[in-house]
Amino acid sequence: MSVLVFVELKNKLSKAAKEAITYGKKLGSVTVITYGDAPDNVLSEMGEYGAEKIWVYRNLNEANDQVLCSLIVKSAKKTDAEFIILSQDQTGKAVGPRVAAKIEAGHVSGAISLPENSDEFTVKTNVYSGKAIAYVTVHSKIKVISILPNSIQPVENKVDTSISNFEEDLGLGRIKIKDLKPLGEGIPLPEAELVVSAGRGLKGPENWGIVEDLAKSLGATTACSRPVADIGWRPHHEHVGQTGVAIRPNLYIAAGISGAIQHIAGVNGSKVIVVINTDPEAPFFKAADYGVVGDAFEVLPKLTTAINNFKSSQV
Amino acid sequence: MKILVCISKVPDTTSKINFVDNGKKFDENGVQYVVNPYDEWYALVRALELVETQGGSVSTITVGTSADDPTIRKALAIGANDAVRIDAEPVDSFFVSKQIANYALKENFDIVMTGKETINYNGAQIGAMVSELLDMPFVSLASKLDVVGNVATLERDVQAGIEVVEVEFPFVVSASKGMAEQRIPNMRGIMAARTKPLNIIPADDQKPLTSVLKFELPSPKTGCKYLDPESMDELVELLHNESKVI
Repeated sequence: MSVLVFVELKNKLSKAAKEAITYGKKLGSVTVITYGDAPDNVLSEMGEYGAEKIWVYRNLNEANDQVLCSLIVKSAKKTDAEFIILSQDQTGKAVGPRVAAKIEAGHVSGAISLPENSDEFTVKTNVYSGKAIAYVTVHSKIKVISILPNSIQPVENKVDTSISNFEEDLGLGRIKIKDLKPLGEGIPLPEAELVVSAGRGLKGPENWGIVEDLAKSLGATTACSRPVADIGWRPHHEHVGQTGVAIRPNLYIAAGISGAIQHIAGVNGSKVIVVINTDPEAPFFKAADYGVVGDAFEVLPKLTTAINNFKSSQV
Repeated sequence: MKILVCISKVPDTTSKINFVDNGKKFDENGVQYVVNPYDEWYALVRALELVETQGGSVSTITVGTSADDPTIRKALAIGANDAVRIDAEPVDSFFVSKQIANYALKENFDIVMTGKETINYNGAQIGAMVSELLDMPFVSLASKLDVVGNVATLERDVQAGIEVVEVEFPFVVSASKGMAEQRIPNMRGIMAARTKPLNIIPADDQKPLTSVLKFELPSPKTGCKYLDPESMDELVELLHNESKVI
């Protein structure tokens, strides 16, 4: 079975790319299509996860949805792919459904599992903003699957790899990119495995130091609840929950967040949830694996010290 | 300026989600329906702001049954000029996109807007599919939209940050948080909405490409293990040895 995996590369192979290739490898023999000027060592690293053929479209450094759609559709035709795999990130959201519509293929948005053992191709996705799971069946011969970051673990599966340039006329994009305001360094929230989050219980933006200290000790990304983003204590891109970012890290630590149903919806895909709150009746404890009834101002620094002690004992 | 806003009905964000018929059907018992927040708060309101300052009209389109009419009237009460409902169950995203695109092809809209996703299916598919079917560029996840003449400047989320882009009419855009502020309809709007046109159009034939076999609820947590605020070393030990996440 021929599988086409679309990845975006920078100067290193992202976890999302490894997941997409791993997913593709479970379905068949993988051809990767990518673009830009990623160095050879990054390209060949994809072979470690099962990419047999790697096609690179060199003369393209900007993601324009129509151009990327054309790139994916043309390479899928060339490799006679039955599956087209993308990551459900910002680019994937813009391009995946577009590819599916162009070739009239069924599209699964945000798959969180490998296919079920059933007659027809069926995979799970999150729906109702994380409050439920749907089993989506795809009826078309070609299937476009966008997988949610952190849903499957990358698995090393080394194969012989060939790298070649992909050359086709892709047409011109009609969106002109004028400027980029970068987010800064660090792991973006949807890809983060460890997340430290805080809410109104922190009482003010000037108190976020203890949250950032814990995040730094853990190597975690910071997040926040909706009210905190709405009143401008924290940037909007940190807001997790139903109307913010939905995340599924391995560890989610929430301090001073009571756990409104909309907040829990965005984080209940997390493997382990730790809740720190002064109110023992806070609804978040019902969704937690570990709970600490206490003041975030005392508990967070203690937890940071404990993490630091643990890290130094590991070396 | 002629703008089409795609409107979907969804359960209110505080709804308890349940299923009946062995997980085949959404349990509507006690559920309040609202206009999908991304469609209403951001896409529709920004569309209204643009035509209020620059002239033009805002139409809404919904693929659904008569059960959708109250939420469509809500969009009219907020200020849309007229509404179209394609009379069909919205069976899958391609089916819905095809209906919207078929209608839009006949009407020459300058901008087609959607919310970035619905809060029931979270597919984020309609905008991208409609743009492909209309052969238009698609600006996804936009948090800002300004128009001068027939050129729009937008800000949108990309992996690396916030991108500022420029695009000429016509185009499709999906709205995320920040594009506008929620508007509460006033009594005059609500009264006016009763007489605004809601055109019901039969659906075109299109076989769905996907279907939902069943729904289930995520497995509940087995219970919270409480730790004393003084025993953070123990918590770290549990995270390392018991749940193996650090």
